[in-house]
Amino acid sequence: MNRSIRPGRIAVHLALVLYTVIAIGPILLIVINSFKTRRAIFADPLGFPDARTFTTIGFDQVFAKSDFGLYFFNSLTVTIVSLALIVLIGAMAAWALTEYRFPGNTILTLYLAIGIMVPIRLGSVSILRMMVELNLVNTLTALILVYVAQGLPLAILILGEFIQQIPKDLRDAARCDGVSEYRIFASIILPLIRPAIATVAVFTMVPIWNDLWFPLILSPGDGKQTITLGVQQFIGQYVTDWNAVLASLTLAIAPVLVLYVFFSRYLVRGLTAGAVK
Amino acid sequence: MADVSLHGLAKSFGPVDILRDIDLTVEDGEFVVFVGPSGCGKSTLLRIIAGLENVSAGEIRIGGRRVNELPPADRKIAMVFQSYALYPHMSVYKNMAFGLKFAKTDRAEADRRVRQAAEILQLTPYLNRKPRELSGGQRQRVAIGRAIVRNPSVFLFDEPLSNLDAALRINTRLEIAKLHRELGATMIYVTHDQVEAMTLASKIVVLNHGRVEQVGAPLDLYHHPSNLFVAGFIGSPRMNFIKGEVRSVTESRVTIGFAGAEAVFEGAVVRLAPGDPVTVGIRPEHMAEQGSDAIPLTGRIDAVERLGEASYVYMKLASGDDVVARIPGDMETNPGDGFTARFTPRALHVFDAEGRSVRSAKAL
Repeated sequence: MNRSIRPGRIAVHLALVLYTVIAIGPILLIVINSFKTRRAIFADPLGFPDARTFTTIGFDQVFAKSDFGLYFFNSLTVTIVSLALIVLIGAMAAWALTEYRFPGNTILTLYLAIGIMVPIRLGSVSILRMMVELNLVNTLTALILVYVAQGLPLAILILGEFIQQIPKDLRDAARCDGVSEYRIFASIILPLIRPAIATVAVFTMVPIWNDLWFPLILSPGDGKQTITLGVQQFIGQYVTDWNAVLASLTLAIAPVLVLYVFFSRYLVRGLTAGAVK
Repeated sequence: MADVSLHGLAKSFGPVDILRDIDLTVEDGEFVVFVGPSGCGKSTLLRIIAGLENVSAGEIRIGGRRVNELPPADRKIAMVFQSYALYPHMSVYKNMAFGLKFAKTDRAEADRRVRQAAEILQLTPYLNRKPRELSGGQRQRVAIGRAIVRNPSVFLFDEPLSNLDAALRINTRLEIAKLHRELGATMIYVTHDQVEAMTLASKIVVLNHGRVEQVGAPLDLYHHPSNLFVAGFIGSPRMNFIKGEVRSVTESRVTIGFAGAEAVFEGAVVRLAPGDPVTVGIRPEHMAEQGSDAIPLTGRIDAVERLGEASYVYMKLASGDDVVARIPGDMETNPGDGFTARFTPRALHVFDAEGRSVRSAKAL
């Protein structure tokens, strides 16, 4: 076979490379500048740190001046607990909505679909009021509740789509085997939708980790800030400690990156599985 | 003891009737095949017996016990699905042992049963493989093994061979027949393939439009179909049907005219009067008789299928009817040639205007 390089292929790869540069550029910029002196950041923002400009002052600042470990722990707690709840509740709801015919099934599905279309931030004021009523302001619980509500609709949609693709015979076979409905869900459905769960995990994790809005209005109090909020203290109206900002952002990127690498094997399968039946 | 009996069973999805008035008894140890065209309700009937579908009316009894309200697991049944329905993330061993875990079978006993089933089905070398690493035939055997280990009173098969290729299908068919002999369990088998039905069944149930058309032993259905549907469904290629008319009826003989020929039957045939429209049925294998009383039907050949030991001649009669004749494989015939099929009156089936059989072929 003649494997000549066609113009079409070049164009595709050009587009992909361009997109990769655009996507990775800012991250790379943050990481390399976090290791440079303040002067070097402004003098040559695109340059790599060299022996003269290399410094870890930003990181030192972050660890010395702020309670970075606590912010990090808060972010991690909120993200992981929200994620676990979204995946668990989402998968169970998706299973119920696709598997069982009950009155109100369609209405409920539609209601959840609306949740995808309406951004949850529109309800910020009422959410804040509700949290005040419930005495949940300045707690991580408030954030977790909001993020679960925010992530569920899409999770249910994606997982439901996947559960529908699992042959019905499989569930019937399990029923003939005397497996309870809960066991069918746990031992058969969950293992088979692992790729979808990875997809949902990545799609819901990133916005939660990066969110500034809800931490700002729901739990800005001392000791409850998440990482994105914690970084803000280095950004002042008059003076911004860019070393510290960039250093803390670099540290904030790391866990998402690790989780992404962890999930990506499933993610690719999850994204394509629905497309090609 | 595990006989299965269905009384006045009906099933409808909204306004659509899937099954109506099903009364059926499956004796203990019998191999019963439900056969019918797609959409006739045979799979639904099987799923109802399994407990995977609810009934709209009627009663299901297994081993004399009413099971309408019981979940599948408590009915002492095991089902083998067309798609095999193996758990893709479990090894062959786990697939078979999975159900036992929930039936509170102790581990040693479960292990013994799985290994025994694997032995019977020659799956021992594959116990640690995943289903995707097996061929279609092996997967089907795992599905059967999963049924065997449950030690059920009734085996339910839902078109288990449809996904296999032709050679494997015949093999697996024989294995299932052998399994039935060895286990002696009651088996109910659904298929749309009348060859599978004929070869496996001790009793065939022919279904059409959600109704039982006829129940009987395979050869019984072949020789004495009770109506046009069964006559057309059992036998391959299907029976030739030719429109005809009753010419005369006397005490002892009936004369029927069709396709320019005339056949006389000895013996009274009830329900027929001169002028009644009838349908005459002749099986292709009875269209090349040599006897002196053979009646000729002449026509022109449209196509010839040569199978080796026999050939099927598709011909158009002078009257315009299309018929098929099975002739010896060494006979020289070609499309476009004239051809004369010969049959004896004994081989004729006669059906009245409603399609009910009024006369079956005498054993030839």
